[in-house]
Amino acid sequence: MSFHFRPARPEQTEKDHRGGGETSLEVARAGVSIGKAVIVKEVSFQARAGEFLAIIGPSGSGKTTLLKAITGEMSFTGDIRLAGRDVSLLTPDAMAEMRGVLPQISQIAFPLSVSEVVGLGIINVLGRRADRARRIADALFKVGLSGFEGRIYQDLSGGEQQRVQLARVLCQVWEPVPEDGPPRWLFLDEPVSSLDIKHQYQIMQLAADYASRGGGVVTVMHDLNLTMAFADKVLVMKQGHLLAHGNRDAIMRPELLSEAYDFPLRISQPADVDAPLVVPVRQDRQNPSAQ
Amino acid sequence: MSETAARTGVQGFKNLLGLREARTGNRETLARAVIVLLAAVTALTMLGSLATGPISVPVFDLLPHLTSLSSYSSGAVPEGVSPRDWIVVTEIRLPRVVLGALVGAALAVSGAVMQGLFRNPLADPGIVGVSAGAGLGAALFIVLGNAAFAPVMAVLGIYAVPLAAFAGGLVNTLLLYRIGTRGGITSVATLLLAGIALGALTGAMTGILVYVADDQQLRDLQFWGLGSLAGSNWEKVSSAAPIILVMLFSVPFLARGLNGLTLGEAAAAHIGIRVQRLKNLSILLVAGATGASVAVSGGIGFVGIVVPHLLRLTIGPDHRYLLPASALLGAVMLIAADTLSRTIVAPAEMPIGIITAFAGAPFFLWILLRKRGLTGI
Repeated sequence: MSFHFRPARPEQTEKDHRGGGETSLEVARAGVSIGKAVIVKEVSFQARAGEFLAIIGPSGSGKTTLLKAITGEMSFTGDIRLAGRDVSLLTPDAMAEMRGVLPQISQIAFPLSVSEVVGLGIINVLGRRADRARRIADALFKVGLSGFEGRIYQDLSGGEQQRVQLARVLCQVWEPVPEDGPPRWLFLDEPVSSLDIKHQYQIMQLAADYASRGGGVVTVMHDLNLTMAFADKVLVMKQGHLLAHGNRDAIMRPELLSEAYDFPLRISQPADVDAPLVVPVRQDRQNPSAQ
Repeated sequence: MSETAARTGVQGFKNLLGLREARTGNRETLARAVIVLLAAVTALTMLGSLATGPISVPVFDLLPHLTSLSSYSSGAVPEGVSPRDWIVVTEIRLPRVVLGALVGAALAVSGAVMQGLFRNPLADPGIVGVSAGAGLGAALFIVLGNAAFAPVMAVLGIYAVPLAAFAGGLVNTLLLYRIGTRGGITSVATLLLAGIALGALTGAMTGILVYVADDQQLRDLQFWGLGSLAGSNWEKVSSAAPIILVMLFSVPFLARGLNGLTLGEAAAAHIGIRVQRLKNLSILLVAGATGASVAVSGGIGFVGIVVPHLLRLTIGPDHRYLLPASALLGAVMLIAADTLSRTIVAPAEMPIGIITAFAGAPFFLWILLRKRGLTGI
């Protein structure tokens, strides 16, 4: 398998941005508070199906909380619409039709087998047993876990468990663009943080493919180099605010990233590497007083 | 390391029973076979219990009459049947066996549902204080019913005590859920400790009632502590059966939701489960069935923990199979324990709660030790 640096897509026209409706995620002045602490403040942006959006920012900047508001897990102020529909009004089963969610940590209470876990993705879908089994097998094949059907989830390594969970989510939102509905969405919270480098790239490629087949992908990312290699759009959070949002190449600039992370970063493009790398500014070049 | 050792032990146990390795094969096929087998075993256990006792009764000869409704509606002893045998079976043993089956099924299914709800194999109505709450509700009505709650008693009749037990169980379950669950995550340590505290508190309140009780009430109250099916009659069956049957026939509709809940509350909602409704229904049904069981048979412990756990080892944790299988195995175990309780020290009786505790408590400890690494206690 080879990976290619995905050139950024051309900027959409104004017309595409407005009234995206069916194919867009619209977040307007979204805010989330836990008790008195304000975690996310007045965040507004739009994302479109067919694009891979990465949410980056330092730890504690509100990335995961923003994602939880979008997926209906946390209550929020403001307005969040998925395919033109207010997510705070949608029922869990209607939401499950439209989007899959991969949480950061996934623990399972009882010793379910891998195929039982993946099958939970289509828990509300009626269908013949053979069809279900095929969809489960397809999803496991996608994440490189064919033949793991009968294994017990708890016996797997952390990375394998993460891939089983991703297979469950893929099983739920199998076709990025269903015949009779709006494009589906994948919401992933740090999907590759517990994976080795091979599976990091494979899983990111999987998400990128989902986007290129017309689905929406929104991913919370810690790894800036993977973001550089796979994302179409990037949203930067800092202290609960939206610091910047736009095309990858417009966002992944040294000044902006250094500001976001309070850490001097630069972009390096070695001749033999596909995607540019985000690396720290070398110590000897740093001005200690700038820290 | 103890985890591995225990697993090897379980493996050996399964091989000994001739059960195929349930972890890797097709568990659904195995689960169906086990349910059919358990249904047959339940029928046999019921017959065996009917035949057992100080008077030996030819149960197989009575069987055609017992299974035909007309024998009961006529009220007369069927032809060719000894009146003594008929009365012993229909008035003494049959209500007891039926009650045992209902209570056993209710306790085991309540255990399975609670474990699914709390996402923990150690949750059980007896251990976490739900039964104690039900006991307090029942005790309130036994002791003060005719004085303080006379109008209520007049309206509800034989259903007053089961309903009071239901209310007591419900209050404790709701409190427990509130205390044990934060942000969709149930802490098992908090849960067990809070359950123990709630159980002790409600037990103490029941203790106060013991002071004001008269002799007859005292006898009734003592019976809660240990649990017994002695004194079963058709009136008790008809007071408990409606709530328990509603529960047994409703829980299959919760099975898929409980399967989804193994992922945690947030992820269950993401795959389309209406989590809040599922939780409300589960709590209501568990409190109802536990309350009705406690009202007629007192605090019989450990059935709710042993039965689902044994079945999970065999057929896996899929609630679509686990719940019906638990109902059957619960019925079998309670009828068997009750038959034992009225025969080992005959003509006296040993409270059935003692027998289930003797079998169940070591089992509970075994799960704790085996699961220590997973539960983080």
